[in-house]
Amino acid sequence: MIKIKKPVSPKKIIIWTLLFIGAVLMMTPIIFMFSASFKYNDQIYDLTLISSEPTLSNYIYLLGNTEFLLWFINSAIVAIITTLSVLFFDSMVGYALAKFDFRGRKIVFFLILSTLMIPTEMLVIPWYILARDLGLLNSYIGLIFPGLMTGFGVFLMKQFFESVPDDYLDAARVDGVSEFRIYTDVALPLVVPALSALAIFTFLGNWTAFLWPLIVTSEAGLYTVPVGLASFSGEFTSEWEMIMTGAAVATIPTLIVFLALQRYIIRGVILGGLKG
Amino acid sequence: MNKTLAQKKAMWAWAFISVPLLYFVLVRFYPTLDAFSISLTDWNIVGEKRFVGLDNFIALFSDPVFWIVLGNTFEYILLGVPVSLLLSFIIAYYLDQIRFGHGFLRACYFIPFLTTAAAMAWVWRWFYQPVPIGMINLALGQMGIVQMEFLRSTTQALPAVLAPAIWAGLGFQIVIFIAGLRAIPGTYYEAARVDGAGAWQILSEITLPQLRPTIIFLVVISSIGFLRIFDQVYNMTQEGEGGPLNATRPLVLHIYKAAFDDFEMGMAAAQTVVLFVILSVITLIQLRALKNDKD
Repeated sequence: MIKIKKPVSPKKIIIWTLLFIGAVLMMTPIIFMFSASFKYNDQIYDLTLISSEPTLSNYIYLLGNTEFLLWFINSAIVAIITTLSVLFFDSMVGYALAKFDFRGRKIVFFLILSTLMIPTEMLVIPWYILARDLGLLNSYIGLIFPGLMTGFGVFLMKQFFESVPDDYLDAARVDGVSEFRIYTDVALPLVVPALSALAIFTFLGNWTAFLWPLIVTSEAGLYTVPVGLASFSGEFTSEWEMIMTGAAVATIPTLIVFLALQRYIIRGVILGGLKG
Repeated sequence: MNKTLAQKKAMWAWAFISVPLLYFVLVRFYPTLDAFSISLTDWNIVGEKRFVGLDNFIALFSDPVFWIVLGNTFEYILLGVPVSLLLSFIIAYYLDQIRFGHGFLRACYFIPFLTTAAAMAWVWRWFYQPVPIGMINLALGQMGIVQMEFLRSTTQALPAVLAPAIWAGLGFQIVIFIAGLRAIPGTYYEAARVDGAGAWQILSEITLPQLRPTIIFLVVISSIGFLRIFDQVYNMTQEGEGGPLNATRPLVLHIYKAAFDDFEMGMAAAQTVVLFVILSVITLIQLRALKNDKD
């Protein structure tokens, strides 16, 4: 099947083998997590990967008898709304900063850029007080409001819009196209790679977010998957197969995103060291 | 209604940015100032705020537990950064030379980066359990090697909690390193080979110096990452306390406990100011290092 054009050096084979062992080790936690999720309680204490009688009972119990499905839906709602909002607003601001010359532009850009210096951990206390005063604790709005726009996204989009030639936009202006339509119909399609990278990492970042959802929710009905899993695992401490099933449910969407969009993700990482 | 094109554009620009600007002011700037102002008060979240000046900071730095927490935080950084960078560089260096199965191997190294830290923390916690539950001790037992305490030991717990954080970050660092390696012009290597330079010499005199900006970037990003470690500690230690005996408790967990368990908002906010200062110092060092490169 594989045609070897030139003889492969023994050194290359050793390097490849070591890299392969490393790759297997990297995947070990994920493999064992899935393996345990298909086992009965009395089988998880052996090292066999595939049980002699695999079962879906853990998944059925988890989705039927706990609030996991609800948490999954909560996570999806939060991640999707946040992502849409970030795409909409960050690209609009990035476009305005890159393509309109107006007084105060530099100050606005500097202000937004400076928010990158402020760690989330510093903001959670004021956010919590704000959410409490506005009655937003244990609500979707409370979960979502801190992430609706990001300084990073604005910065990324601005850089990409700067590479869009002004001639394209001016040609549309001559044709009498409105500024908003120039933005949506001419400029936006030219920065789709940046938009997709921003979308993927905003979604994943919100799907895996832990600290803020942990703080703003105290009613189980509003937990996101990571927070729900933490509280659930605290109760099911000896039932590792259930905890692993919960962890697997939390992980599956991230794997699907990776498998479907692998190329964009790797490119996106290189674009700007995204996530976090 | 005779507006010049410039005026029209400015109008549109403000139409585009006014709502987001309001958002950034309300949800980023105001809370930042608020955090600083709360740090100067004594406040249990329900009662009145009482201005106490720098008392919170004085109390913090005379609290032995806070020093333990700071020590832990720096241990995460000083252990995590070199270990993860060394591992990811070695893997990237060799992975870059491999064609067969390159995409598959890279995917295996990269996938942990995308996983949910809180979920994977529970997998690692399971691995670390004593026999008959934990995989690692089970494997050690089968090989006849002595059992490890891991999360129950005051000395092993911190590295044990750090491991999944390093594991999750490796894929990111590898991808960045490979991109950096590929940006080095091939002519440099050819010239070196013509001059008869050995593999080690090429590595130390071409590859590593050329990777300097990449290395600075990764040192900064991973330092900030380990500085902010929370998810793993919260999910891997008993009751999320950062134990045993505070042995794994980092700054962010200490902030969380002060604010949302003890409702000492002033003390918690003061700690976020400390976090902010550490972060700013790291960023300043980065800017200085990059500036030296340009000079």
